Amino acid sequence: MTTQTNETYTKPLPEADPEDRPYWESLKRHAMEIQRCSECGEYTFLPKPLCPNCLADALVWTRVSGRGTVWGTTTQSHPPLPSFSAEDMPFNISLVELAEGVRVCTNVIGCPVEDVRIGMEVEVVYDDVTDDVTLARFRPVKDQ
Amino acid sequence: MTSLRGKCAIVGVGETRIGKLPNVGTLTLHVEAAKHALDDAGLKASQIDGLLTNQPLHDPFRTYSVVVAHAMGITPRYTTDLALGGATPVAMAIHAAMAIEAGLATTVMCVHGRNQASLHLLPKNGVGTTREANGGIRDGAEDYEQPYGFMVGPGHHAFAASRHMHEYGTTSEQLGAIAVSTRKHANLTPTATMYGRPMTLEDHQNSRFIVAPLRLMDCSLVSDGGGAFIVTSADRAKDLRKPPAYIMGFGSNNPHAQLVDAKTLTTLGGKVSSETAYKMAGVGPGDMDFAQIYDCFTITTLITLEDYGFCSKGDGGAWVQGGRIELGGELPVNTHGGLLSHGHLEGITHVNEAVRQLRGDDVEPERQVEGAEVGIVSGHGGNLSTHATLILSNRRN
Ligand SMILES: [Zn+2]
Repeated sequence: MTTQTNETYTKPLPEADPEDRPYWESLKRHAMEIQRCSECGEYTFLPKPLCPNCLADALVWTRVSGRGTVWGTTTQSHPPLPSFSAEDMPFNISLVELAEGVRVCTNVIGCPVEDVRIGMEVEVVYDDVTDDVTLARFRPVKDQ
Repeated sequence: MTSLRGKCAIVGVGETRIGKLPNVGTLTLHVEAAKHALDDAGLKASQIDGLLTNQPLHDPFRTYSVVVAHAMGITPRYTTDLALGGATPVAMAIHAAMAIEAGLATTVMCVHGRNQASLHLLPKNGVGTTREANGGIRDGAEDYEQPYGFMVGPGHHAFAASRHMHEYGTTSEQLGAIAVSTRKHANLTPTATMYGRPMTLEDHQNSRFIVAPLRLMDCSLVSDGGGAFIVTSADRAKDLRKPPAYIMGFGSNNPHAQLVDAKTLTTLGGKVSSETAYKMAGVGPGDMDFAQIYDCFTITTLITLEDYGFCSKGDGGAWVQGGRIELGGELPVNTHGGLLSHGHLEGITHVNEAVRQLRGDDVEPERQVEGAEVGIVSGHGGNLSTHATLILSNRRN
C-alpha cells in the first residue's frame, strides 16, 4: 500500500541497531516477535542484550499473538513535530500490554480517539509506512 | 555506617534572570549563577574546591564540569557531571555532602544552566531519524516512541495522569488546583516568569489539551537561565554570611528506565526515596513546614505528594483542593511558583527556594512560610524514572 521511501517520509523513523534489528524485521514480515528468555521464560521489551530477569544469554526472538489490552491512553492534540500536520490531529497514543505481558507504545487506530479506553482489547495492525519500515499500530478487536 | 544527617549545609544560593535569554550562552548562565551564589554565601571562588554540573542537553560538551570550573577560576579537587534529568539538582546536594564527608572537598559549588527556551530541541522540519530529532542525545526508547508521534515530557506524564484518573478517579479540575495554587505563589515572586499573570481554575479548564488528559496549564514553562547553590560542612557553615540550611536527610530511587518498563505510573521513585530521607532525618511528613515538589507537570506534584506520605495513595486529587497546598494552608507547596509558573531550570530553584524559606527573612514577606524550620525538596526526571529527595532544616537537631 505504501510507496514512501525513507527519504520522502517526513515523520521520525526508527534506526535499527544490531540489538533490535530482528524486531523491526519481524514487523516488516507482519509477524511481530519479542525476545523471550529460554532460561526463565520471561518476555522482555525493549530489546536487550541479556535477559534482565536472570542475566542469561538466552533471549530468543519469539512470535507473539499481536493481541493485547490498552494499559494507558492519551490523545495527542498538538502536532508533536512539524512533520505532523493538522490533518493528523488528534490521534491516539497508547501503551498496550501484549498478551505476553510486555508493553509497547503505539497508536490505537480504527475508532474515534474518544472511544479508546483502558482495558480495551486490541490487535496489531501492520502499517508499512515506507518501503523499509513497518510500524505496529493496534485496533479494537471486534465483538469484545 | 556513619550518618550524614546534619553534617553539611547549603550556604549560598543564586540564579540568573530566568525567562527567554536568546543572547546568553549556557556557559555564561552557569558562571553568572555561581557568582550570585558565591556573593550570597560571602565566599570567593578560590574557596571552592568541588564542583558539580548537569550538562545541558542542548549544548553538550566533553568534561563539562571541568570547563565550567575553570571558567570561574575554580580548580576542583572533586568534580563530575551528573545526569539524572530533573533529579540532578537534588542529587548534586547529596553527592556534595558525600564528597565533603569523605574528605574529597570542603566546599562544593552545584550549578546548572540551560537555554531551552532559545535553543530548540527539535529540528524545524522533523525530517529524518528519531535520533536526529533529539539533537543526537539518546533517550533509549525514541525508536519505539517517536515514530508513533510520542514525544518525551508531556507524552510520558499524560500516561501517568491517564493511569491516576483510571485507578483513583482523579479529575482534571484537581490537577488544576495545583496549577492555580502554584500560580498564586508565582504572583508573590517578582522573579517568576508568570509574575503579574494570575490564573483561575476556569482558565485552566479552558486551556487546550497538549496531550490529553494534560492541558497547557498542566505543563511547566520552557526557560533559559542558571541556578547554583553551595554546600559545605556544618562547621564551616556557621561562620558564613547567611544562616545555614542543614542537610538532614536524603534519598534516591529510580524504579525503571523506560515508560514501557514501568510496573506502575502512579507510584514512582518518590516513595522509597522519601522513606530513606525521612529515616535519615528522623522526621516524617507531618513535620514538614513546606514542600518544594518537582512540578514538570501537575500530575508529577500530585503523585509525589502521595508518594511522600502527605496523603494516602489515590487521595491526592481531593487533598490538593481547597487551599491545602497554598501559603497559609496545611502544607505550602512550591512557594516560588515552581516549574509551572516560576521557571524551569530542572529543579535547582526548588532547592534554592527551600534554603531561602529556612532563612526566615530572605523572601518577600507575603510568601514567607511563618516559622519554617524544616522542609522537603523533590527532584524527578528521565522517563518518570529518576527521583531524589532532600530534607533541609535551619536547626541541626
Ligand atoms: Zn531469563
